[in-house]
Amino acid sequence: MAMQLDLPDTVAEEGAELVAAIDDIVARHGAKRGELLPILQDLLAERGEISDLAMQVVADRLGAAPSEVQGVVTFYSFLGVEKRGRHVIRLCHTLSCVMAGTRDVAAALEDELGIPFGGTTPDGMFTLEWANCIGMCSTPPALLLDAEALGGVTPAHVREVIAALRAEGVHG
Amino acid sequence: MTIRTPLTLATVHPDKGLRAALGQAPIEVLEEVDRSGIRGRGGAGFSTGLKWRLASEAPAPDGRRHVVCNADEGEPGTVKDRALLSELPDLVLEGMTIAAWAIGANNGVVYLRGEYVYLRDGLEDCLARRRASGLLGHDILGTPGFDFDIHIRLGSGAYVCGEETALLESLEGRRGEPRNRFPYPVVRGLDQAPTIVNNVETLAWVPAIMARGADWFAGIGTPGSTGPKLLSISGDVARRGVYEFPFGVTVRELLEASGGEDAHAVVVGGACGVCVPAVDFAREISYEEISTGGAIIVLGPGRDLLDVAENFLEFFVDESCGQCTPCRLGNPVLLEGVRSLRRGECTAERLGELQHLGRTMQDASKCGLGQTSPNFFLSLVDRFGPEIIDRIPV
Repeated sequence: MAMQLDLPDTVAEEGAELVAAIDDIVARHGAKRGELLPILQDLLAERGEISDLAMQVVADRLGAAPSEVQGVVTFYSFLGVEKRGRHVIRLCHTLSCVMAGTRDVAAALEDELGIPFGGTTPDGMFTLEWANCIGMCSTPPALLLDAEALGGVTPAHVREVIAALRAEGVHG
Repeated sequence: MTIRTPLTLATVHPDKGLRAALGQAPIEVLEEVDRSGIRGRGGAGFSTGLKWRLASEAPAPDGRRHVVCNADEGEPGTVKDRALLSELPDLVLEGMTIAAWAIGANNGVVYLRGEYVYLRDGLEDCLARRRASGLLGHDILGTPGFDFDIHIRLGSGAYVCGEETALLESLEGRRGEPRNRFPYPVVRGLDQAPTIVNNVETLAWVPAIMARGADWFAGIGTPGSTGPKLLSISGDVARRGVYEFPFGVTVRELLEASGGEDAHAVVVGGACGVCVPAVDFAREISYEEISTGGAIIVLGPGRDLLDVAENFLEFFVDESCGQCTPCRLGNPVLLEGVRSLRRGECTAERLGELQHLGRTMQDASKCGLGQTSPNFFLSLVDRFGPEIIDRIPV
C-alpha cells in the first residue's frame, strides 16, 4: 500500500533513514488511522521533531491526507512542527502555581538559559515553554522536565537542575 | 503527593467488589450502581448508573462496547485523579472491569493526559499483575465468556480532550474537537460502538459500592449528591493537598481543614468554576449547591480577583479548540475586557456588554469548555460587584 516517495536527491538519503524509522514505529502500532497519536508521540520522542516529510510519510502509511496529519500535529501542544531541544522544560503558569511564585522561577529560567519562553538554546539542549495546569497544584510552583514533574521549585533549584543537565550533556 | 485525610478508598478490600459483581447478573450490577446514586466525579455530575444502562441497552451490531477511563485531569486546581492513579491504580482498573461486566464491554482504554506520562509505567505494571492474576483477559476470575482487557493511551497536551467526545476524537487519531450530540457516546462512541467514558474517581468508587452495597454509599453525602468526594485544595492555605469529605461539606469546613480561614474568596470548580465570597462560606459543596469536580483554590486577603479572572481567561484562550465561534472569539474578548477593567478603562456599559457576551457563550458554545469558560468572570460581577465597579471610571 505504501507509495514510493519521489524525493529530491539532496534529501533522499536523510529521507530514506526517516522513512525506515517511521516504518518501524508504524509496524509497532499497526498501520491504522486510530494509531496516529501514539505514532506521532513515538516519532517526536525518537527524532526530536515532526518534519514536513515525516508528516507526509505517516499520512501515506495510514491512508490519511497529509493535511489531516498536520492538523493533528498542530492541535496538540506537546506535538507541533517546531524542532525542540534535547530537554523540554514546561513551566506551569496556571493560577495555583502563579500564586506560589512561578514568575520568579520563570525569570531564573530565562536568565539561566538565555532564551525567552517558546525558545530553544542555540546548542539545541533546552526548549523552554509555558504549560497550562499540570496537576501539581498541591506542590506549586511546578514544572515538567521532559517526562518528569518537579514541584515546589525555586529559582535556585532550577539553576541547579540546568547545571546538572549541562554537565551531563558535556560528559555524556 | 499530599493526601491530607484518610481515604475510604484505601480501606476497600482488593477485588472484593469485582468478585461481588461477577456473582451477580450484569443487570443487577447496573441496578446496584444506579441505586447508589453515584454521579460523575469529573464535574458534570451525570448519573453513572443511567450512563451504564444506556450503553448496555444500545445496539452493538458487531458486539463491541468500550469502557474508557477519562484520566485527562486538566481542570486547574485538580490533582485528585493523579493521587488515585499513583496510589490506588488497582481500584480504578477494577472499577473499569466491573463496568465492562455490567455493560458487556470487552475493551477498556485509560486516556492518560500527556502531562502524567510518568504514571504510565506504574499503570502498565498494575495491568500486567492483574492479567497474571486472572483479573483481566479471558474468562476473568473463572467467569466463562467474560473477556476484557485494558490498554493505556497518552494525550498530548490539550485540556479540551477531557471533554468526553473530544477525548474519543483524540483516541481515534484526530484533533480533539468535540462532536455533535446526538448521538451520545453511550450510543455511538469509540469507533461508533457504545462507549462509557467515566472519570478516574467515579470508576474508583465502583468497587467500594459493589463491596459494601449501594445503601452504604447512598447513606453518605446529600440526597442529590451521594457518597464521599475527593477534593484538591490549593492556593492560600497552610495545608495544600487531596482531602476526602462527604458531599454537603461547607466551604468553611474546607477552609478550616486546610488552614485557610482568612480567605477572601474561594474558587470552586477550577477555571470553569465560580468565585465564592466569604458571605457564602456556609454553603455546601454538592451538585445541588456549589458543584465541582474537585478543584478548590483559596484566595487569601489581598488577592486581586481580576488577576485570577485574567489567568483563567488566558487559559481558555489557549485551550479553546477553536471549532465554534462563541468560544473561539468570545474568550479573547472577555480577556481583553478584564484587562480593560484592571486598567480602569472599562465603562459600565461595556461591562454590561461583557456580561451579555458571557451569557451568550454559556448558551451558544458547542461543548462544556466554552459553556463554562465565562462562569468565573460572571460570578465575579454578580457576587463581588463593589470590587469590580470600583474599577469603572466615573
